[in-house]
Amino acid sequence: MATESETVAEARRQMEICNACRYCEGYCAVFPAMAMRRSFAEADLTHLANLCHGCKGCYHACQYAPPHPFGINIPATFAELRLESYAEHAWPKPMGRAFERNGTLVTLAASLGIAITLILVAALQDPAVLYSAQTGVGAFFRIIPYWLMVSLATLTFGYGVFAMAMGARSYWRATGGMGGSFAPAPAAEAAVDILTLRNLGGGGHGCNDVDEGFSQRRRHFHQALLYGFLLCFAATSTGAIYHHVFGWKSPHAFFSLPVQFGTWGGVLMMLGAAGLMHTKIITDPGAVSRKVLGGEFAMLALLFLIAATGLLLLAVRHTGAMGVMLAIHLGLVFAFFLLMPYSKMVHGVYRGIALLRNAREKRSAKPAPAAG
Amino acid sequence: MADLTQTFDVLVAGGGNAALCAAITARQAGATVVLAEHAPRTMRGGNSRHTRNLRALHPGPTGVLTDSYLEEEYWDDLKRVTAGKTDEALARMCIRASQHAPGFLESCGVVFQPSLSGTLSLSRTNAFFLGGGKALVNALYRTAERLGIVILYDTEVQHIEVRDGFATEAIVSHRGFPARIRFKAFVASSGGFQGNREWLRKYWGDAADNFQIRGTPYAQGRILKDLLAQGVQEVGDPTQFHAVANDARAPMEDGGLAMRLDCVPFSIVVNRDVERFYDEGEDVWPKRYAIWGRLIAQQPGQVAFAINDSKAQMDYLPPVFAPYSADSIAELAGLIGLDAGRLEKVVADYNAAVQPGTFKAQSLDDCHTEGLTPPKSHWARRIDTPPYYCHPLKPGITFTFLSVKVNERARVMMADGTPSANMFASGEIMSGNILGQGYLAGFGMTIGTVFGRIAGEEAAKIVRN
Repeated sequence: MATESETVAEARRQMEICNACRYCEGYCAVFPAMAMRRSFAEADLTHLANLCHGCKGCYHACQYAPPHPFGINIPATFAELRLESYAEHAWPKPMGRAFERNGTLVTLAASLGIAITLILVAALQDPAVLYSAQTGVGAFFRIIPYWLMVSLATLTFGYGVFAMAMGARSYWRATGGMGGSFAPAPAAEAAVDILTLRNLGGGGHGCNDVDEGFSQRRRHFHQALLYGFLLCFAATSTGAIYHHVFGWKSPHAFFSLPVQFGTWGGVLMMLGAAGLMHTKIITDPGAVSRKVLGGEFAMLALLFLIAATGLLLLAVRHTGAMGVMLAIHLGLVFAFFLLMPYSKMVHGVYRGIALLRNAREKRSAKPAPAAG
Repeated sequence: MADLTQTFDVLVAGGGNAALCAAITARQAGATVVLAEHAPRTMRGGNSRHTRNLRALHPGPTGVLTDSYLEEEYWDDLKRVTAGKTDEALARMCIRASQHAPGFLESCGVVFQPSLSGTLSLSRTNAFFLGGGKALVNALYRTAERLGIVILYDTEVQHIEVRDGFATEAIVSHRGFPARIRFKAFVASSGGFQGNREWLRKYWGDAADNFQIRGTPYAQGRILKDLLAQGVQEVGDPTQFHAVANDARAPMEDGGLAMRLDCVPFSIVVNRDVERFYDEGEDVWPKRYAIWGRLIAQQPGQVAFAINDSKAQMDYLPPVFAPYSADSIAELAGLIGLDAGRLEKVVADYNAAVQPGTFKAQSLDDCHTEGLTPPKSHWARRIDTPPYYCHPLKPGITFTFLSVKVNERARVMMADGTPSANMFASGEIMSGNILGQGYLAGFGMTIGTVFGRIAGEEAAKIVRN
């Protein structure tokens, strides 16, 4: 076994203090999960770190937070441990290094995505097409041929999903697997936890998103981003069904399902991404690890730009600006697909597994031995 | 920068729960209030930062309190732990008022939670703060800021000018600079003197050097001493305090709650001379945890050693510091510097005295010793399954009981028996009025909240008249 990182040792030191204190048990899933343990192997710490939603409730309530010599700072320490686990379980393995300067990587990949798509369009099509208004059925495919759009999307998306699945498999095994047969109740609980972001509720009254005061700000912005993202996914899916099942070709009318899903999804994504970035800027920096900030800002900015260019594309789709806007939008989308396994996007996978594992653990483990 | 040239209606010295309750109540009654907290903002809140709950009377189940807890039972609990060394009228008033303490704190933004694990089974009698005392302190400071209370951090009140029982102004150190604060009424909520080792040495001699101060190091007792020197009536035994069994390896100051060890009922405890000195299994830990600090303080070297074996490990909360462990008692004695032969004999004598029984960690079981002095009345199991473990113990002092005398309106009493015209007190600095000795879990926060509210109300009344 590889030697443990300093972050793992530090997380263990902090958890051993927390486990003797337990004041934070009412905040989120992490502390009851901690209380089910008396010692913390690296796999336990990885699990707890990925269970942590970074709500900062425990930091602001902590009698041992800096400048106390114990220096307990679970949100920052777990954020760094999560980053290490993202790198550890990246597929293929050498790509773990992508998490070292993640902000730079995401920014660079997004720029390259736009550049390559624009170059491809200019090289494959008559450049004049790019600047003239295209209307009627198949307008988009006169900019980027149908075969190219589909194969680029399939390749990039397929690769991203496959690499994330390999990461999930590695993470699952490393954190101890689960054994036993599939049970519906824990899976349902984990799904509800994800869809409601229960752990960003701080036990009912909200989290310390900005300072010692409680709010639901981060939870609501994250909901906007998540549901916006899912609506955009629904837009693409319904578009594909229209195309392949009904033979209805894009562009679709504004009040068609794909355009409605995409429009409102885009608006929600922009709102969510902008709100989350703003929250990161104004939040008390004490509980924040600077190591993770670059990658987080870059991914939020990318999501914001994907949504923004999608909406702009809708606005200019009957004008000569449509060609360039389509290439930019698709360039960002393809870059996003490729970046999924090497960016903050993996948090969804590992958080989901951690929530599922926690829901199963709660049912199988005996409650912690409470002192008499 | 705060304008310190004005005359405030009320000056509150201190920055914990008792001070904040007084400041908020006075402000809500219309007074202008300045609160002087000795600590910097990051370490604000006095000992309240380390607390977790308060004990509250309740006639029926509430959101977070189960069943009921009525005046007579509460009073009996207090009478037992203090061995009757209390002021019944004042104590009963405090107990009755405690019913409204959680509601007041909730109105100030404090959130309560149902108790879950490791809470000494106190969910019937004590209301738990979600996130603990620092979350409570944060909520109270936010409320104080919102109400327009002037909050001065890094500001130590050093002296109060008192003439004929009337306080006129305060000499303070404000961010390192000397300053004066003028006021019409004064509330002393600046804690006990437990952080002042020199003062402790006066009563305890060199033993005081081995006391761990569990809470804030800012509790220097400066105002307590200042007031007592200016004709304020003293109450309480200066050697009495609330103290628990702490891990001997804990920091000497500000180690907080997580340093306490609750392994005692599941161990035998010997002193440096390898002698047992008290019945480790006398009662359930919530009813006995507060006597062990003092017991250890009275041992040679102010140190003790809790010895158990692998059977006991899951019966108490995991400690911050790993216990010493060894495969034989003799080896364990070597690790902790005790005489091996004597420790083997103590364990052997104890093992021989253990009677058969059914072990129940959570309740008074029938596992006890026969013919052993002192006995172990419950949870007595043979120490025979290696590895053997030792948790070294030292006294952890929470707060001292020496106090200024107050009446039931929180008004400071002068040595001649007359009430001060404009001085009030709440919290640890007057806790000795009710706590002659011993401690009841969560009662410190009850005293702070109840007397803080009364002090704030009365101080605001003076200003209006």
